[in-house]
Amino acid sequence: MAFTKPFRKLGDHSLKVFENVGRSGIFLVDCLISTIKPPFPLHPVIRQLYFIGSRSGFVILFTGLFTGMVLGLQGYYTLTKFGSTGMLGSAVALSLIRELGPVLTALMVIGRAGSAICAGLGIMRNSEQIDALECMAIDPIKYLIAPKFVAGVIALPLLTFIFDLIGIIGGYLVGVTLFGVNEGTYFQGMYSSVHWLDIKMGIIKSLAFGLLIIWITSTKGYFLHLESKGGFGAEGVSRTTTDAVVISSVSILVWDYLITALMI
Amino acid sequence: MTNENSQFAIELVDVEKTFGSQKVLDRVNLPIVEGKTTVIVGGSGQGKSVILKHMLGLMKPDRGEVRIFGRDLARLNKKELYQVRRDYGVLFQNVALFDSMTVFDNVALPLRERTKLSEAEIRDQVEEKLVLMDLEGSAGKYPAQISGGMQKRVGLARALALNPKIVFFDEPTTGLDVHKSNEIYRLFHATQQRLKYTAVIVSHDVPKIFKLADYVGLMAGGRPQGCMPPEEFQRSDNPLIRQFVQVTMGSIYSSETEETDYRETV
Repeated sequence: MAFTKPFRKLGDHSLKVFENVGRSGIFLVDCLISTIKPPFPLHPVIRQLYFIGSRSGFVILFTGLFTGMVLGLQGYYTLTKFGSTGMLGSAVALSLIRELGPVLTALMVIGRAGSAICAGLGIMRNSEQIDALECMAIDPIKYLIAPKFVAGVIALPLLTFIFDLIGIIGGYLVGVTLFGVNEGTYFQGMYSSVHWLDIKMGIIKSLAFGLLIIWITSTKGYFLHLESKGGFGAEGVSRTTTDAVVISSVSILVWDYLITALMI
Repeated sequence: MTNENSQFAIELVDVEKTFGSQKVLDRVNLPIVEGKTTVIVGGSGQGKSVILKHMLGLMKPDRGEVRIFGRDLARLNKKELYQVRRDYGVLFQNVALFDSMTVFDNVALPLRERTKLSEAEIRDQVEEKLVLMDLEGSAGKYPAQISGGMQKRVGLARALALNPKIVFFDEPTTGLDVHKSNEIYRLFHATQQRLKYTAVIVSHDVPKIFKLADYVGLMAGGRPQGCMPPEEFQRSDNPLIRQFVQVTMGSIYSSETEETDYRETV
């Protein structure tokens, strides 16, 4: 009957949402169990660390430098109004360590490595390479995904650390070198205002983001064949990869808020 | 339920599978005799590959049982399923080679992941398999750099790397020319003689595939129409089998009607 159609559609849609959430949750648990279950082959983890971490180095250096520079610029402009340019160091450091470092690093890693993880797994799914692993009695989650999880959780905090460090140098270049803020004041302000809680927040965020990025991009790629819009062919892979990038980017911002709210 | 003494390597019992509103498998009963070659033929979309995926444990039946050496796949946990699959070798329709690995690494993968052999022993075994498949010079190449026929041979080498008890072939000669198809069949025959594995072949290549088959089953109407020796299959009274044999093995030009039509339309 016509009047029941919207309800049926709503029901179908809700079922699909629950199915996806359930599948992703079970997948995460499987991945985490595979990660902590022996054996622990080192080579695949190192390869993934190189892919997710090392190869993201340049983009992190570049983004970190310019983020720090723009923070120095904006901070100096704002703080001059209040005559407190001595606070520039702490403003730059706190912004980077608590917020911008983890978030921007995560967004860069999504763009560079997350999209590649999703597309790579999607192509493997489409060309039956994942089925081939299953048939060879090789657990694809242990073989393909677990090393990515380990590498993601190790790489994100390290990349965030580099981002923060380079950002602080960027702020220094603009604040101290360009505008003549006192060098000692810049670093002393930073030293006195950055506490362990701030660093802890940065580390927890980067760990959580590392897990989140690998989880979302791997899930989308691994279950490409179950995509409701159809995950077949090049178009399916590109659409799913775009979805994975959008969902993981939005999730980073949502989780950033939640973690901040819990830790503040 | 286990029955280690079963003469059947694989047994499908009342297997049903539905996709949406389409019932692809309808109470399928199909025994695969151990050590023999069973060929499943049939038109496109008749569920041949779906049957294969059920045997591989990549799909679960809505109803019925898929027994491998007497063990129902649906009742196995992940670890037990991998245990069963240790006896499998699979040659996929599109080969499914790992495209970011060389030919050597593709064949070495099951040995590296599933055995404790040293790298030197793995190298020896892989090289032996590559020689058997006439692929000596291609070890360092990537799948995209070799021809379709060579890819199939690499797939066969990978499938046989661990001397499996059951080998599945999904359209092993699709996309190959006659010469290369014959080469695959020759390799299949040679390796089966040597390794004595049970073979399940899904194929379109009728009648050539009959020469290799011990048993032939036709997938039509959602279930296999008999599973019998090829000679018996070709003489069967089953109307679906008769029709299939006529279409695939009959003369290509049933000239009179065609020529009449031709004259009329022209």
